Amino acid sequence: MDAKLKSLVLENSNDIVKMWLEEVQNNKNKEYTSTISDELFESTNREFVNVIFSSIENQGLSSELDDFSERLINLGWPLSYLTDGMQVFRRVTIDFILSQSDKVDSEYLSRVMQKVDAWVGPIINRLVNEYSGSWEHIVSLQRVALQELSAPLIPVMENITVMPLIGTIDTERAKLIMENLLDGVIKHHADVVLIDITGVPVVDTMVAHHIIQAAEAVRLIGSTCILVGIRPEIAQTIVNLGIDLTKFPTKSSLRKGFQSALELTNRKIVATEEKDESIEKLIDSLDGE
Amino acid sequence: MDFQSCVNIKKEWDIVGARQLGRDIAKKIGFGTVDQARIATAISELARNIYLYAGSGKVCFEAIDDMNHKGLSIIAVDEGPGIEELSQVMEDGFSTSGGLGAGLPGVKRLMDEFDIVSEQGKGTEIKVVKWLR
Ligand SMILES: Nc1ncnc2c1ncn2[C@@H]1O[C@H](COP(=O)(O)OP(=O)(O)O)[C@@H](O)[C@H]1O
Ligand SMILES: [Mg+2]
Repeated sequence: MDAKLKSLVLENSNDIVKMWLEEVQNNKNKEYTSTISDELFESTNREFVNVIFSSIENQGLSSELDDFSERLINLGWPLSYLTDGMQVFRRVTIDFILSQSDKVDSEYLSRVMQKVDAWVGPIINRLVNEYSGSWEHIVSLQRVALQELSAPLIPVMENITVMPLIGTIDTERAKLIMENLLDGVIKHHADVVLIDITGVPVVDTMVAHHIIQAAEAVRLIGSTCILVGIRPEIAQTIVNLGIDLTKFPTKSSLRKGFQSALELTNRKIVATEEKDESIEKLIDSLDGE
Repeated sequence: MDFQSCVNIKKEWDIVGARQLGRDIAKKIGFGTVDQARIATAISELARNIYLYAGSGKVCFEAIDDMNHKGLSIIAVDEGPGIEELSQVMEDGFSTSGGLGAGLPGVKRLMDEFDIVSEQGKGTEIKVVKWLR
């Protein structure tokens, strides 16, 4: 009977495709396809149903299926388009088979459903796996990308290093900050490290705690840590929270922090007279941009 | 009161979600940058406590718009272990986790009103309000 069911479905694929297309076309109103052009939607539907049929015909999963889902993933179509489509296919096919059978008892019905599920199930699994695999891949790539820009250390000049922090600090990032800071201080022989928090949106007690610990660790290996880029509203919330930052140096801006760093390393910026003019010219030309 | 929205706290990044929603609502109500920062920080403390000590819970926001005053009310609710030493917890520097212990007393100073109900084994509910001046 199994072979009979299969040939029944394959021989009448035109009717089934027609029923399927009608139903799926109605799904066009759903939010996810509203931005897709009618032509693209229709041609994709046709391709989809062909892929389903060829999977059934070849007794298994075709490479066409993988190609098709990969393309949809790249186009950004939602997984629900595929799973909805498969559900409609299941329903339509069962309806069709039953309409072609003269005697329908419960045993027959359950065999039909089993057979159709055996066709549909593996295809759904494959599609879901392809999709979730690609999401996991993207998430892990983004995690790596985020880690790379998590806690950069910039040796701006001999013995002075800057760590600009941008974005939210979670526990994982706080650990990275500590590690990079200590590694960097040793590697670059930094006497002074400036931690710039201009780009940190919220400084709560957890973030403050980590910064204090990092500064303390830097002090223990014999360097000085200056906290810079404290925006006025952040300064106020830190005071409200009752966090004591008096133990280590803070400066409102990176520029002021850098000046302190120069003083701490017994240096200062001097303008060399002959070059005054050319520097002014340079600044003028920059201003003009 | 014209809307109420909640953010479930289950993962560490949910703290960021709660903070962002709270800041957006505060901005709409008309709070300035300093108060927005205070509100975002208070949310951060409450949400992190839920994440750390209760495991899960939620933070809800409600804009207050009465005849004579506007403001933002925030409620942090969890069904965690509750807080044993309520009075100690409100003193600066008390922490069971090696933290700064400035969270709850800090939140009280950041906001205008602060109510805490905590029952051991049942959970904790903290309600805070910031008035628009
Ligand atoms: N929602 C909560 N459920 C259970 N215990 C809590 C909760 N919030 C705070 N606590 C307890 O109160 C203590 C103080 O909290 P807090 O002032 O935020 O400081 P910290 O988080 O740095 O320890 C915590 O160490 C914890 O024991
Ligand atoms: Mg806390």
